[in-house]
Amino acid sequence: MITDRLARALDDRLRLSPLTRRALAKIFPDHWSFMLGELALYSFVALLLTGVYLTFFFDASNGDRVYRGDYAPLDGATTSAAYASTVRLSWDVRAGLLIRQTHHWAALVFVAAIVLHLARIFFTGAFRKPRELNWLIGVTMLTLALANGFTGYSLPDDLLSGVGLRILTSVVESIPLVGAWLAALALGGEFPSDAMIPRMFVAHVLLVPAVLVALISLHLGILVRQKHSQFPGPGRTEHNVVGSRLWPSYALRSLALFAWVLAVLFALGGLVQINPVWLYGPFEPAEATSPAQPDWYVAWGDGALRLFPPWEFRIAGHLVPGPLFPGVVLGGVTFLALYAWPFAERLRAKDRSAHHLLDRPRDHPVRLGVGVGALTFYAVLTVAAGDDIIARLVRVPVYDLLSLFRVLVLVLPLLAGLLAFLVARALRRGDAAGIGELTRADLRRAAHRSIRPPGADSGESETPARDRSGERIEMWPEGDLWRWRYRDADRHLVITGSRAVLSEEEAASAARVAYPGVDRVVVPGPPPAPPPGPVRAALRGWGRAAAAGSLLLAALLNRRRDRRRQERERAEPAAPPETADKASTGGGRT
Amino acid sequence: MSARRPSATERTASRRIVAAFGVSAAGAVGFAVTYGLGGNTAREGICLAVAFAGLAVGLAVWARRLVPVDRYVEEHEGFTSPPTEQAMTAAVLTAPDSPVRRRGLLAALGLALTALGAAALFPLRSLLPFDRARPVRALKDTPWGAGVRLVDADGRPLRPDDVPADTVVAVFPEGNVDVGDAPAFAVRLEPQRFSRPPAGGHLDGLVVWSLLCTHAGCPVRSYLKGTGQLLCPCHQSSFDLLAGARPVAGPAARALPGLPIEVGPDGFLRATGDFTAPPGAGFWDSP
Ligand code: HEM
Ligand code: FES
Repeated sequence: MITDRLARALDDRLRLSPLTRRALAKIFPDHWSFMLGELALYSFVALLLTGVYLTFFFDASNGDRVYRGDYAPLDGATTSAAYASTVRLSWDVRAGLLIRQTHHWAALVFVAAIVLHLARIFFTGAFRKPRELNWLIGVTMLTLALANGFTGYSLPDDLLSGVGLRILTSVVESIPLVGAWLAALALGGEFPSDAMIPRMFVAHVLLVPAVLVALISLHLGILVRQKHSQFPGPGRTEHNVVGSRLWPSYALRSLALFAWVLAVLFALGGLVQINPVWLYGPFEPAEATSPAQPDWYVAWGDGALRLFPPWEFRIAGHLVPGPLFPGVVLGGVTFLALYAWPFAERLRAKDRSAHHLLDRPRDHPVRLGVGVGALTFYAVLTVAAGDDIIARLVRVPVYDLLSLFRVLVLVLPLLAGLLAFLVARALRRGDAAGIGELTRADLRRAAHRSIRPPGADSGESETPARDRSGERIEMWPEGDLWRWRYRDADRHLVITGSRAVLSEEEAASAARVAYPGVDRVVVPGPPPAPPPGPVRAALRGWGRAAAAGSLLLAALLNRRRDRRRQERERAEPAAPPETADKASTGGGRT
Repeated sequence: MSARRPSATERTASRRIVAAFGVSAAGAVGFAVTYGLGGNTAREGICLAVAFAGLAVGLAVWARRLVPVDRYVEEHEGFTSPPTEQAMTAAVLTAPDSPVRRRGLLAALGLALTALGAAALFPLRSLLPFDRARPVRALKDTPWGAGVRLVDADGRPLRPDDVPADTVVAVFPEGNVDVGDAPAFAVRLEPQRFSRPPAGGHLDGLVVWSLLCTHAGCPVRSYLKGTGQLLCPCHQSSFDLLAGARPVAGPAARALPGLPIEVGPDGFLRATGDFTAPPGAGFWDSP
């Protein structure tokens, strides 16, 4: 076999075998929500591929250029080179428009995937020790993605994006003391400057992508080193990872996802028009389009600018302009809060232990409430960015709508957060298995009696130390190698060790780490092969993911039956809650 | 894995996978042909989407039907190394000859690096060319000044009659039509309706104001006829031209700066000075 020969040839030079075997046996938990990060990764790859193609045709200059080409209304017009080349790219470069639109769609999907990925990490507590580092890297990548989206959007130098850039410049200028300097240094003068397109271009195609590539590598490197976290379940402990192996099943599935991402992006790029800059016209300082909405991921900032009341004041005679608060302060607080959350939560819960088992969102009502409240807040801001369009659609004066949004943006997040908090608490305490089964009494109880102070425990849902009579580790020789597996007779559960090892001791030590305290036996010969044919259970999630409208909804609704049973089991013993609490955080880790 | 005889389900799966990859290849060929025939964005997009969707389906079926789906487990060693290990590492790092022990030298090194880092910041100043005005000055100053004629977007100088009633006309300083902070507009209003006089004065109801919104600098271009109100398309601030262009709704907090004008000896409109306040969005400045 060629593969075999190639593998040998490489190994002769680099001694890769041990590493490769471990890498190929890496375990990926089977849960749809683990796919969101990959979605972001693959849209980034799509951005790189399409973006490089665009650079061959895009002329990153503010200088004049005469457009000549198929788009008749602009034929012969003198505009900036950036604008003229973008129109050329769209009308006269064969496949240019496809790639340009795919690039733009990929940007929208990229940021969306990052946000959903972040939300899943947040609600499941995957940012806890030891994964805080990757949380910090992730938040940094989100800011870079936003920045790169904004510069990319501004590159074509069209009227719509030019107005957006002017607003951003104003927001920067609103910073006390240094604002005017920052803006002037960035643009090389006053807006609109001759240097702004070339500078944004360098940032867009070189600086930020390079940093992103470095951070993604680091992110994935840390992920491999730390291994995945997983949801609690039968056979899953703080000391193992249960799921599918990288090779062959996960590799195939992940490649399939990559292909899906490209399929969807090219379908969008080919069929759904986006950013038709030739219709907007080139940027002119005295022109504006109406209505003017930015790409979705900056809309929250635009919405905040709309809703914030006209407050300006002077400090020692110096003006502190209005956009400072909705622009700079809100953005700064948002990202500071994101950066600080893991550490704040750790301080508050006084929890210094490592966690490899995830929370379900309900396990931590405070976190859920804060998260849902925050998401609602940004969602209201995003919708508010379209207030002029909504006003036109529903024929309501825009200022009535503005007043409404000013109230909603404060009230809705509180209500939503409180509701999420109560539902989580009711689910955690009561015996309802899901939101559908919650009774009003459950909710009322959740609102009144504070049995456990919320957040006092870290929401750890480890199974308490239990009778392990049904469990055992089976090890057997396979030629020169050894394999092992975990069997839980009571649950009819069999989980195979991810890779073969060279000796019985090695198998035993791996099993001991993964299942501390479970008895090991040596069994003769390989156990019967698993029945061939489709076993959907593990993969069901992938199909569901495609259908799941939003992470939040899905995270709330997605419950596994076995956990339901666990929940009941935990609720059953009528021990005083304090002791139960201690048992659930202290047990199982020994 | 093992050399089992393919079962019926496996054979069906294989056939489906081959079919999916076949569709993928067809999509790729379709893309190439579309491109070769002159290109068509929608058709190219569909072909590529089909090509990748075929690939995706084939791979997904492969993963689902032909790969034994078993659950596997990998041990997770935890991250704190054994104490001896940590101690050994620390010992290597802090051995007697270790550079970490030379506190004095380290301080000197830190000093040198700090100086280098600080020096490296200096060239950043070049991002703003030295021959340009300092930022706050630049934001305050515009090309307007005494004697600068008002021209339209095409550079033609304007007479008072060129501004009809009940519409706004964008005006620019002659020779500087493209400058970012210069755009202004002229409008003809009835002076008896003024509840507050325009900051820059008026010529029989002819008033000129900065076109840039005092909120975040967008050009305020929508004039609501009759009401004398001007609406900013960006965040819907509105300015009451009859009341000195003060903001009456939305997020803007300051009135539009006015431009003092007169009619020159040549009969054309000209400014008698700069705007009454810095135009556009606010910044850290003192009056
Ligand atoms: C984080 C990754 C990236 C994001 C979020 C992003 C986003 C965008 C967006 C939204 C646009 C505007 C497209 C339009 O005109 O409608 C754009 C344009 C552009 N991007 Fe990117 N991009 C990314 C990475 C890249 C990379 C890696 C390159 C090249 C190496 C690149 C090259 C370009 C070029 C040349 C344009 C201008 C093309 C044009 O529209 O005329 N981008 N980008
Ligand atoms: S820029 Fe005019 S309202 Fe914001």
